[in-house]
Amino acid sequence: MSAHAQPIGGRILTRPFRVLLGLFAIAGVLILYRLATGLGQVTAMNDGYPWGLWIAFDVVTGTALACGGYAVALLVYVLHRGQYHPLVRPAILTSALGYTLAGIGVGLDVGRWWSIWRVPLFFWHWNLNSVLLEVALCIMAYMFVLWIELSPAFLEKAQVSGAPAVRRFAVRALPIVNRALLWVIALGILLPTMHQSSLGALMLIAGPRLHPLWNTGWLPLLFLLSCIGMGYAAVVFEAALSSWLFRREPEREMLAGLSKGIIPFAFAYLALRLVDFAVRGQLPALFAFDFYSVMTLVELGLTAAAALLLVGEARRRRLGNLFRAAMLFMLAGSVYRFDTYLVAFRPGAQWSYFPSVTEMLVTFGLVAGEIMLYIVIVKIFPIVTVNERKTVAAV
Amino acid sequence: MKRRTAFKVAFASVAAAVGTAAKPLSASVPLAAPADAVGLLYDTTKCIGCKACVVACREANGLEPDTSWSGGLYQAPLDLNEKTKTVIKLYDDGEHRSFVKAQCMHCIDPACASACMLGAFKKREFGIVTYDVNYCIGCRYCEVACPYGVPKFQWSKAAPKMVKCELCNHRLAQGKVPACAEVCPRQAVIFGKRDELLAEAKRRIAENPGKYVQKVYGETDGGGTQCLYVSHVPFEQIGLPALSEQSTPTLQRTIQHSIYRGFAAPVALYGLLGMVMLRNRKSGEGQA
Repeated sequence: MSAHAQPIGGRILTRPFRVLLGLFAIAGVLILYRLATGLGQVTAMNDGYPWGLWIAFDVVTGTALACGGYAVALLVYVLHRGQYHPLVRPAILTSALGYTLAGIGVGLDVGRWWSIWRVPLFFWHWNLNSVLLEVALCIMAYMFVLWIELSPAFLEKAQVSGAPAVRRFAVRALPIVNRALLWVIALGILLPTMHQSSLGALMLIAGPRLHPLWNTGWLPLLFLLSCIGMGYAAVVFEAALSSWLFRREPEREMLAGLSKGIIPFAFAYLALRLVDFAVRGQLPALFAFDFYSVMTLVELGLTAAAALLLVGEARRRRLGNLFRAAMLFMLAGSVYRFDTYLVAFRPGAQWSYFPSVTEMLVTFGLVAGEIMLYIVIVKIFPIVTVNERKTVAAV
Repeated sequence: MKRRTAFKVAFASVAAAVGTAAKPLSASVPLAAPADAVGLLYDTTKCIGCKACVVACREANGLEPDTSWSGGLYQAPLDLNEKTKTVIKLYDDGEHRSFVKAQCMHCIDPACASACMLGAFKKREFGIVTYDVNYCIGCRYCEVACPYGVPKFQWSKAAPKMVKCELCNHRLAQGKVPACAEVCPRQAVIFGKRDELLAEAKRRIAENPGKYVQKVYGETDGGGTQCLYVSHVPFEQIGLPALSEQSTPTLQRTIQHSIYRGFAAPVALYGLLGMVMLRNRKSGEGQA
């Protein structure tokens, strides 16, 4: 199915890689310290802001940025655009890594992390009113699904392994996985549809403490629309970046086509938000030019700017332009999520929150770990469709 | 062909979403307190701010003293926190002056319990919202949910728990009343069955209409609470938020339950996705 995907090859321990390793090591130490002492020592979270950077970024924003696998699978397998097939594996890999990062983020953030296994297993205690339960179960399941979707890449490599046992296993397993893959991929589209929308619904329970500019019953659909657009944007961003870093010819046609996918989701998101403001009588609040109104206008402005950069065939032919638009849209979606979880949440004037240095270092280190794994995996396993290797990779 | 399939899928998912958001309020039923509901009635006009309740609560619940504000000299919690399940605060705007007691409101439809994944927070006997640490993983979604900011997390502990008033349910089991109500020298806070407390609150307002705000806070606010307040100062000024008669989790629950009713929509979507993908694969070059 992906005869053209090949390992990129090359040295692993390059200088940038060592920097990433250093960041990851710092986070590792801080993580051990957090597990030994509690959350108060490492984070700036408090009873007013019980959720901070780790939830707002690592989980809520991180999984949305990791929707590339979801968005591309939707395009290739449901909308039947086979020409985008070479993008599937790299997209699934980034998704798998992004969701794994989110999983680790949750594990660090919950106070009683050693009992987290009870959530999926104590099913007779499940509270079916809890949106968080749905999100947790969905994300856990989706993590498995993503690695299964990616497993053919590992099995293909294992088929030529030196160890006969590994080789035999891979030869036997690959056809089974490939046959089941369709239903796994379908699950890989269903699960993000569920939990990405539920990530929006999650904050509705804050009720009047959630600012009216964000507090709407349409929150689930808004989160869903923007996460699919963010998925396409992330794939464009990552493909452009890796073609530059690994010095290979970018798939210009494909990226131009893919970036077109951002446009309908951006406009649908904008239209829904504006109509919703109008219906709920929040237009005066939108133009009050206080902190909340400015943040909302930033979200809308970034979204509109990204979409407008992509309108027109000529604009989509310039790779730099695609890269800028993708970045803007990823930023727009990220700000929207940060705002919904931190800015719009108003626990009272006596509370404030800004992530502590150690809290941020943990997040940076986890992202560094994610990038490191990506580099290692694309160098060793057949993920990326290599067009033309010009020189040695830069990282 | 392709476009039609795409359109169908898009239509199905949007229709599911629209169907739910369009009728978010239909499933709201007026809530009623459980028949055995007990609670507290706090009267701002009677409280003299002696904080005997704060000390008694600490003793009855085995909580360490909170001396952080006083530099280790004496107990002076500024608010509910991981060491404090009830607190007396002073409201003073120059014109109005009032003490106010804070503790868990024991909502008729508690947001914390609606949020809690495994039911660590749950309405149990007498409608009291109690905590079972065995089903808590410390996610703190209850803190996001509670409109009163009541549940508190032990930030400084490696094995943290949630802390909040459980209406001294361990004392009730011994035939005693909650410690705060027992020690109050002015009966500013009294314990009883919710319907009796509500009648008493209304009687006080009716007898002294000039003295009180004409409303019992908690009768219907946020869907109603088992701890009730009467006050001579507007409730919002003493930190009791203006909430609609609909409980805070209603909107979220209605949306979520409409989408996932009988888990039919996800199953249907899964089947649809599988069918579309199967057909795509059969139709040739799709390489699925």
